[in-house]
Amino acid sequence: MHNITRRRLLGLMGMAPLAGGILGANGVDATGAANTLADSRAAGGTNMLAESRAARERIHKRYFPDVMLRTQDDKQVRFYDDLVKDKIVTINFFYANCEGICPLVTSNLVKVQKLLGERVGRDIFMYSISLKPEDDTPAVLKDYEKMHEIGPGWKLLTGKPGDIELLRKSLGFTFPNKVIDQDKSQHIGNVRYGNEPLMLWAACPGMAHAKWIAESISWVIRS
Amino acid sequence: MYFNVLGEKVSRARYREMIAAAKTRRELIAAGLTSRRDLLKMGLLTAGGMLVAKSGLSARAYGQTLTPTPPSGGSNDLCVPSQQAASPPTRAFIEPLPIMPSASSVPTLNPFPTLSPNTAAGESRTRDHQLFNRFIQGAKFYNVTQHAIFVSQSPDLPTQAIWGFDDGVHATSPGPTYVNHYGVPILVRNNNALPPVNQNGGFGIPSVTTHLHNGHTPSESDGFPCDFFEIGHFYDQQYPNVLAGFNSDHQPNGDINESMSTLWYHDHRVDFTSQNTYKGLLGFFLLFNQFDTGDETTGFHLPGFVQGFDIPLAFADKVYDPTNGQLAFDLFNLDGILGDKFLVNGKIQPFFKVQPRRYRFRLLDTGPSRFYEFFLTDLNNLGATNQFFVIANDGNLLPVPVQVTSVRIGVAERVEVVIDFSNFAGKSIYLENRLNQINGQGPVIGQECNLPEILAAGQGNLLLRFDVSSKKVKDGSADPTTQTFYSLPDATATPRIIRTFKFDRLNGQWSINGQFMDCNDIRVHIQPNSVEHWILSNGTGNWTHPIHIHEEEHQILTRNRVPPSLPIERSRKDVTQLRPNERVELFFRFRDWTGRYPLHCHNVIHEDHAMMLRWEIDPNGGDNTLVP
Repeated sequence: MHNITRRRLLGLMGMAPLAGGILGANGVDATGAANTLADSRAAGGTNMLAESRAARERIHKRYFPDVMLRTQDDKQVRFYDDLVKDKIVTINFFYANCEGICPLVTSNLVKVQKLLGERVGRDIFMYSISLKPEDDTPAVLKDYEKMHEIGPGWKLLTGKPGDIELLRKSLGFTFPNKVIDQDKSQHIGNVRYGNEPLMLWAACPGMAHAKWIAESISWVIRS
Repeated sequence: MYFNVLGEKVSRARYREMIAAAKTRRELIAAGLTSRRDLLKMGLLTAGGMLVAKSGLSARAYGQTLTPTPPSGGSNDLCVPSQQAASPPTRAFIEPLPIMPSASSVPTLNPFPTLSPNTAAGESRTRDHQLFNRFIQGAKFYNVTQHAIFVSQSPDLPTQAIWGFDDGVHATSPGPTYVNHYGVPILVRNNNALPPVNQNGGFGIPSVTTHLHNGHTPSESDGFPCDFFEIGHFYDQQYPNVLAGFNSDHQPNGDINESMSTLWYHDHRVDFTSQNTYKGLLGFFLLFNQFDTGDETTGFHLPGFVQGFDIPLAFADKVYDPTNGQLAFDLFNLDGILGDKFLVNGKIQPFFKVQPRRYRFRLLDTGPSRFYEFFLTDLNNLGATNQFFVIANDGNLLPVPVQVTSVRIGVAERVEVVIDFSNFAGKSIYLENRLNQINGQGPVIGQECNLPEILAAGQGNLLLRFDVSSKKVKDGSADPTTQTFYSLPDATATPRIIRTFKFDRLNGQWSINGQFMDCNDIRVHIQPNSVEHWILSNGTGNWTHPIHIHEEEHQILTRNRVPPSLPIERSRKDVTQLRPNERVELFFRFRDWTGRYPLHCHNVIHEDHAMMLRWEIDPNGGDNTLVP
């Protein structure tokens, strides 16, 4: 990759139009435009870094309840503090005896995990949250991990049903149609991926090609 | 879910109380409507002195003013209001409408543009320009930089750090308006100088690809979603400004009946388009020719751009965080985002001083997800029917102007209208969106939800106030009833193939024919200069999807097997609304260029969640896949 230097870029930006400029050519008083050159480039006291820190906190409050969950290794973890904060993550929902899309999505994510290699567990963390926490005890999840040959750095999570439901709704894995929303066999198959400290969040279908999912995740890994 | 100003979850009942209290008090005061007479006049006060519960003057979308008790018991998702936070109150109609400046060109570019990507200098283009030498001759150059800008969108909100376009003279959002004529090619150097991602204010990725929407543009300059480039890099986009057919069935200059007038540019970064456009990366791109000259004393005599009577209007609905007034984006929404604040050209509910004569307005729905139906409303005469003329659909002048009382558009669609203010001299009149939409799925269907599809006059979203001066002026523009524009290109040719694209949702995953967007997956190979029919079918029941196809325009042959009934739908299009349970058949003639382009839903939330596919015009192609 070839980076142009900041100095060169500023040089380009500062290149004044010597001819052909058609400012105000449409006859409308350009001062009528509120976003004039002067005030739109000047920060006017706006500190983007400070505002972004505040935005990060608002994202945390709105979307990431710090509920207590349990892993396939029967360890207690807090969703925000232990799993999401300061990390690059993938998040999806599933349940162990799901015969619909879960096996497809899980096997797809196993391929994604292999494609991402040793970064999983080091700076990328994968989370699959059970939609049937009553059935999916840590022991059941451990069996699921073995059956699907899930590698390290990928946590299968269960918890109190109310907490899981709060998590599902907060993370937007919902349908507007209340009947479909409560039908677990139709649950949302998307995989959310994001970089918490950098406030980069997106999602892709869990049934997309594994290579494509891995490529998508790579976009939020930014040095 | 509902939230209070502290971001805490509250019950729906409590939320409604909060909204009702804030709305009736603040908004009425803000609009200067404090006297009993004013309130009565606006239908806000009953004879008994009670405030009428209605959508406020800044008309929010979240259903808080509706009482949806659908007969189906609420299981019909179309009838359930979406659940989002409400913005802080803002006053309406106290600031003027911003007019985007015309983009400034530069004499040359350094380094000079090259046929092949100049990767050594930092260019991120991956493919050669297709007809570089032909269209670099006499080209106009622009050197544009995307960077953070600091704007006031309302005097009642703090300065917003958003992203805009800077042509070296103006740094704005919406960006400077490109104003050009057919026959004059241009080359835009797009530089990425956005702030580092940890300064994104909570959403947006500083990785961009700028699409010229409706451009008959070579693939490598199209702003294809996967052609994104990073901070510190640039991308040269060559826009030949040439009529479709120039390199195929209408050589050498193309078909005049393919003339376009209102295009727009916006970020198209795969998976992040909604965030980046919401953050400001969009603007207008106008094209004129020997008939649509931009001067009302010549050609079609449309209200003149050079005279200042031709005004682009970009509509956007947004949400501001109630705790600090900063622009907020619902990151984890899968359905579609509705805002409760309505911006025109980057300002919340501005006013515009006009003269009592005809104006041409170019209305653009910039999304993310809302549909609009525009009416002219006189708040002092709510019973009046105020007509205007639609002259263009998706930036394509119609065969003849069509007189209407309203016009509906979805995300990315444009409609051009001529409004004659001479009947309103000395008055104020509002551009109002009366379409009832309560969630990201599309406009409500009255029968399904037991809700009005079109709200009563004055009960919708008042978007823009026109203050018409009383001083009589000369009107140099032509009477629309006397005008004719272009003919529709022939759409009777036999298609080489008829393909079907089913737009669906599989376990919440937006899909086309059961598959998902993948930049590396070419789903259709089209023979150059061939005719195809594309059938779009809606597998998602009650959802409405605005479907956009790049490179070539289309004509709607049928909706549910019947030719379109609305005269304005008998036009060239680049976005077609796929309404609940519909099947739409489109005519295409793919010409002049080769390479990769997308087909996608322009509800940008759906688009970002994979309701998109890549197709190619390929000299070695011409596949026979009926269901790609």
